[in-house]
Amino acid sequence: MIKQKQRQLARNVAVVGAGMSKFGMFRDKDSKDLFADAYLNMLASVDKGVDPTDIDALYFGNFTNDFFVHQAHWGPILSDLIGLVPKPVTRIEGACASSALAFREGVLAIASGLCDIVLVGGLEEMSKLSTEKVTEGLSLAGLPYESEVGFTFPGIFGAIATAYFAKYGATREHLMNVTIKSHANARLNPNAQYNLSIRDIMNAKIEKAGMQGRPLSSWSDEMEFLRDPAVNPMVAWPMHLFDCSPISDGASCMLLVAEALAGQFTDTPIYVAGIGQGSGRGLHACDDLTSFEATRYAAKGAYEMAGLEPDDVQFAEVHDCFSVAEILHMEDLGFFRPGEGFRAAADGLTRLDGPKPINTSGGLKCKGHPVGATGIAQLFEVWMQLRGLAGERQIPNKNVRVGLAHNLGGTGGTCSVTLLERR
Amino acid sequence: MDERLFSDLSYQQFLDENKLMGSRCRACGSLSAPPRPICVDCHKSEMEWVQLSGSGRLSAYTCIAIGPPFMIEEGYDRKNPYCVGVVELDEGVRVDARIEGVNARQPETIQVGMPLHVRFLPLGEGEDARTCLAFEPAAAKA
Repeated sequence: MIKQKQRQLARNVAVVGAGMSKFGMFRDKDSKDLFADAYLNMLASVDKGVDPTDIDALYFGNFTNDFFVHQAHWGPILSDLIGLVPKPVTRIEGACASSALAFREGVLAIASGLCDIVLVGGLEEMSKLSTEKVTEGLSLAGLPYESEVGFTFPGIFGAIATAYFAKYGATREHLMNVTIKSHANARLNPNAQYNLSIRDIMNAKIEKAGMQGRPLSSWSDEMEFLRDPAVNPMVAWPMHLFDCSPISDGASCMLLVAEALAGQFTDTPIYVAGIGQGSGRGLHACDDLTSFEATRYAAKGAYEMAGLEPDDVQFAEVHDCFSVAEILHMEDLGFFRPGEGFRAAADGLTRLDGPKPINTSGGLKCKGHPVGATGIAQLFEVWMQLRGLAGERQIPNKNVRVGLAHNLGGTGGTCSVTLLERR
Repeated sequence: MDERLFSDLSYQQFLDENKLMGSRCRACGSLSAPPRPICVDCHKSEMEWVQLSGSGRLSAYTCIAIGPPFMIEEGYDRKNPYCVGVVELDEGVRVDARIEGVNARQPETIQVGMPLHVRFLPLGEGEDARTCLAFEPAAAKA
């Protein structure tokens, strides 16, 4: 085997602009409208402005708008939408990790010297179909052996949870800490699909029952609320409604430039410190049902490129498509030892004011998960935190300089880990 | 000797014949189910078929209340969930399968580690007929 060289970019890349649409279920907006929102928000975020005619190319992630809205070949639709024609546009598909892969392609295009200024983005429009049809569409990202026996994505992560519980002694109750924390963070995020705390949702339900003259429910606390099958029904054991990210529409966008040009756009560029990507094998052939090999490989690549260790990462957005996933990812990324992630969540270590804030945006669970838009929306949150622009959800009492985004597709089939840094 | 391709199609054909088949690499002995045309351990492509015993243990499971359309057609829904899981066979490989003979309405009663035995589950009719890989508690087999 040829000895592998240490992976470094041939020239460094800076993020000088970022934007996202609001995430949610929109009857009156389609993919183009949402991408336009994200693009215009990105343009407005560039401190010294950008001339759109200087953009060399667009790379964007989309999982399967083909299935969700019966339209393929989105590249020229988007390049025409934003006035990029005739410059190149490339769609990248990596299931729920599509746009983190698009980000990577944009970085590589600049690092190679081919491009100086690249737009990267993501989009997905899921809410026009029934829940059952969306579930079927998402199952396309699994392996045929999984979908043919009736596995769904909540089911795949439910099964992973049972393996994790059996191995480490965790319970459903431990996962509730993740849900409660995600809602608390999303409450402070105006772009989030569900910007309500669990307490807010409890109070709203009590108020609504009162107004309709129905018997008042009373829950002693958030845990009791989440244990109540009337409000938190089972989707795929042990995953219940509040363990699952929602069906969402949305788009995200970022502007990448070569390091030498960064000062023309902003005095506070955020640099790509490390990128890593990995692949994995699905439930039946993975080496461990409680860990994703693709994450471990992607993380190793990103850490090595950046010369950083897990302890150097001050906060992270991780791919919490389901509550249990957040626990696994924190362990795979090296933030906590295997089997200790659930205790860290229970002990509050991952809260906004904890030592290792995780998913300050509210995560996929509450911010929303328009699958192809998610990766760059995660990077958007990291970028906002690093620039101190996260408003009410800005990580308190820390001058954050290093953040990580972790984006996963399929049954751990595709993973991207990106480290961003403010120098 | 069976000349079928080491493919997903062959795996399904064998299931339709009520056989659970895997592939073994003649070069390094690595076993795979479903079968593989190329060994991912030694990268050779010299495979042979192996019939698997069909005995194993439950590695992970879930009981699904919101299934895909074909499961809804079978009568499964929020009130009538179904169980699927990952089964580690005695030979050391894992397969994805339906889990029958358990109470999917009471998922807590199902245990990771419980011994299971294969059951070939016929589904559909006519041109749509296929056999789905399923397992049931080993005790139910005896």
